Amino acid sequence: MRLVLLGTFIFLYAPIVTLVAFSFNDSRRNIVWRGFTFKYYEKAWNNSSLVESFANSLTIAFLSTLISVVLGTMTAILLWRFRFPGKAGYEGAMSLPIVIPEICMGVAMMAFFSRIGWPSGLPWPLNLGAITIAHISFSFPFVTVVVRARLASFNRELEEAAKDLGAGEWHAFKDILIPHMRPGLIAGALLAFTLSLDDFVITFFTSGPDTITFPIKIYSMIRFSVTPEVNAASAVLIAITLVMTTFALWFQSRSRGQSGGAAHG
Amino acid sequence: MDYWRKSPKVFWSFGIPPTIWLFAFFLAPLFLVWGLSFGEKQGIIEVAITGTLENYSRAVQPLYLQIFLKSFWYAGLTTFFCLVISFPIALAITFAPERWKPILLLLVILPFWTNLLIRTYALIAVLRTNGYLNDLLELIWLSADSGLRILGLGDWNLFGEKFNRFELLYNNFAVVYGLVYVHLPFMVLPLYAALDRMDRSYIEASLDLGAGQWRTFCSVIVPLAFPGIISGVIITFIPALGSYLTPDLLGGTDSQMIANVIERQFKSANDWPFGAALSFLLMYLTFFALAVRALLTRHNEKGLR
Repeated sequence: MRLVLLGTFIFLYAPIVTLVAFSFNDSRRNIVWRGFTFKYYEKAWNNSSLVESFANSLTIAFLSTLISVVLGTMTAILLWRFRFPGKAGYEGAMSLPIVIPEICMGVAMMAFFSRIGWPSGLPWPLNLGAITIAHISFSFPFVTVVVRARLASFNRELEEAAKDLGAGEWHAFKDILIPHMRPGLIAGALLAFTLSLDDFVITFFTSGPDTITFPIKIYSMIRFSVTPEVNAASAVLIAITLVMTTFALWFQSRSRGQSGGAAHG
Repeated sequence: MDYWRKSPKVFWSFGIPPTIWLFAFFLAPLFLVWGLSFGEKQGIIEVAITGTLENYSRAVQPLYLQIFLKSFWYAGLTTFFCLVISFPIALAITFAPERWKPILLLLVILPFWTNLLIRTYALIAVLRTNGYLNDLLELIWLSADSGLRILGLGDWNLFGEKFNRFELLYNNFAVVYGLVYVHLPFMVLPLYAALDRMDRSYIEASLDLGAGQWRTFCSVIVPLAFPGIISGVIITFIPALGSYLTPDLLGGTDSQMIANVIERQFKSANDWPFGAALSFLLMYLTFFALAVRALLTRHNEKGLR
């Protein structure tokens, strides 16, 4: 059993670990180890189009996260709190962006923005609008799932008590519900951020020549050649994603742990 | 849960913004593509939606049918390998000490969160002719060969004159390998969820009553994990079927999957109506798979009751 686990982890991690390791390798060719160096990180850092694409990606991820969290939380509360006719269908439609193949969503976005004549050549950061909108569309249902899971552990009596004591809808929402949702909101936000930062396929169809994101740039570099510079750029992205994901999972498990503790206590 | 009429103001203020977003920026684009799939190309970018079924009838011609079948075959192979690899992993995690479980699960999930593109790129470095896997194999070959030399058998060249590097990249093998690599967590998680819920006493009872390990596995563990197996199979199969990046980067000229054909129609071939038809066929297949899953889980739940 142990062997199976070990073998799997080697299968899963060896490629990523070697990629990161060889980004520090002082040799053009990727094969032999020639000593430790940061020069490919320097080179990547001095590659202005790479840095620009990275800034684009961060901007998109930031905006997309902000709006996704708001929309996703609204949906979560709606689905958690209310019964309404056609709810099953509504839930189905809301989970569509999660289940449909990325390629289908990508081409849909491409066709949509060209059909409505989305203006191109806008100044930065407005030119990133199309990509950001597409990212929000596939991110916010994920936020809904995470926040709704957190809401399941909410004790409605707290809210009722607050209302009995004279708090209005808004106050009960702001002072009772939001604090309870916080771990879920943070986990959802981190999830939305990583989804946006990582997305390749859907962005591939919505980006134009002057709106290159980091994954798209790396893709074109990979097509061109396999160099340690690409390794360095990839290693940076891996590091960011790993940190974000670890935090997200930590917050999620903490929010679950709290509710579990409450149930036991 | 409240009926919506109880506080309609709250209901509408929470409900309207996300609903508008979903309609404007998700359902409308999908609907547009659906419309395009019944259209005809008229100019370089003009498409007239004429209600023609031409695009669909083109999509079921042998050439494209073959690509659909190939995508099915790849996705099926991927699912199969994932299942075979994941089952022992999920079992190992289930029987691991309680303290280790979250860490092991995290280790399975983490690669899933690193960028798909970068993982695929990492595989290129491993699999290419001058890549690490071939280096490793050569090392094994060289040491085996020198071992033979020490034994005085060197002149016979039992393993051949010299090591031939394998062509591991840009072929169908690489695509399936890459798909398995990418989709493994999709299978491990539902399997683990099902196995972890399982009542251990069934296994003990089976072993006590004289069933062997294998028999216990086949007639106790597998049936109990069946809902997890179904979930895992479908959850792995759906994204594998629609994969774009893996066949694009790891595949050769003959390992195109359906997503690559769709991309080509929308980009280089510039035949949007046909691409739209293909992408809707892919979507229908996805819905079909989801429906099968829903049906099977419901059936299974009924059976247990």
